Amino acid sequence: MNDRVVGRAAFLGILGAGLAGLAWGKQVSAFAGRFVPDQLEVVLPTKGWRIFTIRGIPRIDLARYRLRVTGLVERPLSLSLADLRSLPQVEQVSDFHCVTGWSVYDVQWRGIRFDDLLAEAGLKPEARWLRFISAEAPYVDTLSLEQARFPDAMLALDMDGKPLSKPHGSPARVVMPQMYGYKNVKWVTTIEVRSDFVPGYWETHGYDSDAWIGRSNFFIQEKTSDLYRRGKE
Amino acid sequence: MTGSDQAPATLPRRYVRRFGRTERGLHWIHATAFFVLLGTGLALWLPELSARVGNRVLVKDVHVWTAVAWAAAIVLVVALGDRRALRAAWREIEAIGRDDRRWLTGHRAPQGRFNAGQKLNAIVTAAFALLFAISGVLLWLSARDSRFRWEGPIVVHDTLTILSVLLLVGHLYLAVVHPTTRHALRGMTLGDVREDWARKHHPEWSGEPSPPDAQVASTTAADPEPERAAS
Repeated sequence: MNDRVVGRAAFLGILGAGLAGLAWGKQVSAFAGRFVPDQLEVVLPTKGWRIFTIRGIPRIDLARYRLRVTGLVERPLSLSLADLRSLPQVEQVSDFHCVTGWSVYDVQWRGIRFDDLLAEAGLKPEARWLRFISAEAPYVDTLSLEQARFPDAMLALDMDGKPLSKPHGSPARVVMPQMYGYKNVKWVTTIEVRSDFVPGYWETHGYDSDAWIGRSNFFIQEKTSDLYRRGKE
Repeated sequence: MTGSDQAPATLPRRYVRRFGRTERGLHWIHATAFFVLLGTGLALWLPELSARVGNRVLVKDVHVWTAVAWAAAIVLVVALGDRRALRAAWREIEAIGRDDRRWLTGHRAPQGRFNAGQKLNAIVTAAFALLFAISGVLLWLSARDSRFRWEGPIVVHDTLTILSVLLLVGHLYLAVVHPTTRHALRGMTLGDVREDWARKHHPEWSGEPSPPDAQVASTTAADPEPERAAS
């Protein structure tokens, strides 16, 4: 029956378009995204950002908010938003990569370098790690002091020219562009300076602690090498 | 299409068989899985919802395992069910002839067991299901291993979601609300449809009459048609 060609062509055509989308979806969506009104961002993730939470966006009263810097410091700090804004502010443009595959390019951040913040508190000699505690309990994550001193790592207060919005971690979040998004703790309420490493939330769910973009979370290789090792024993 | 869909009240209603158990099973497995996947998927995806989700890990697990169960159930139904009926249905669906093309452009044209809109719906749904599955596996893989990290599957999975919600809205309207088409829901639940309705809306199709006892007990889902189980 000749008519079946039409239906078959329709089926294969849709399939082909979808498979082409796998290859060029990023370019197509970047192009199409230009015609999507900004207001739609609230409803659909049109600007690239997706808001992943583990317990929902925490409620934070900005007037009563304090960032605490505790642990191995000479002077524990409890900083209001105004205190944070009075510290030296820097700006940078960097990309944001989520481990699940999406990226947002050229995000404009403004905030405080960790060294400027830690100078206020004064580090004790045995300080090695910074543990960031989110208001979204039990979300925590850890960076080494060395990583926190990267020239593009910061505690951000502003994003794209405006104070951080609630979904993006208001009032303060970690920005660590060289690592995947789960290292970029949002809604930071406490920075605990430690001598020992404590794994973060996603790290207890199997993700790498050093989340280098393009170089970490090679689970399948680890799994097979584990099996290989076990096989040899 | 206007006019009465009611059979003359004095005559006993006669029914013709439209779908066997395999076809209906496939439809309802697909429908159930779609609603679970859509619900969990939206909870993970829409900013307004995902920001409120209490336990992302759990919702994700439900989404992924529902997808696995969906695929397994489809394979099982095809393996154990009436494959001849499925092949026959797919042959009819693929055949989009001159009358169908006239019907799609708004002209009156006689339709078979499936009208052209139903054919297109089935074709799009089948292609979308396959693409959902392919992009879903790639999404799962890319979140598990950074070497497979890739934006294409996200764009495809998202676009499919938007398009299939639109398709679903139209499908639900025609199946549940629209007066001249909603009788078709009976065909997909009980298997048979009124003969006068079939003759009016699907004149090119001559369905086998439903056995009278099945008509009396029309509320039971029992299918008197012998199933051609896989040998």
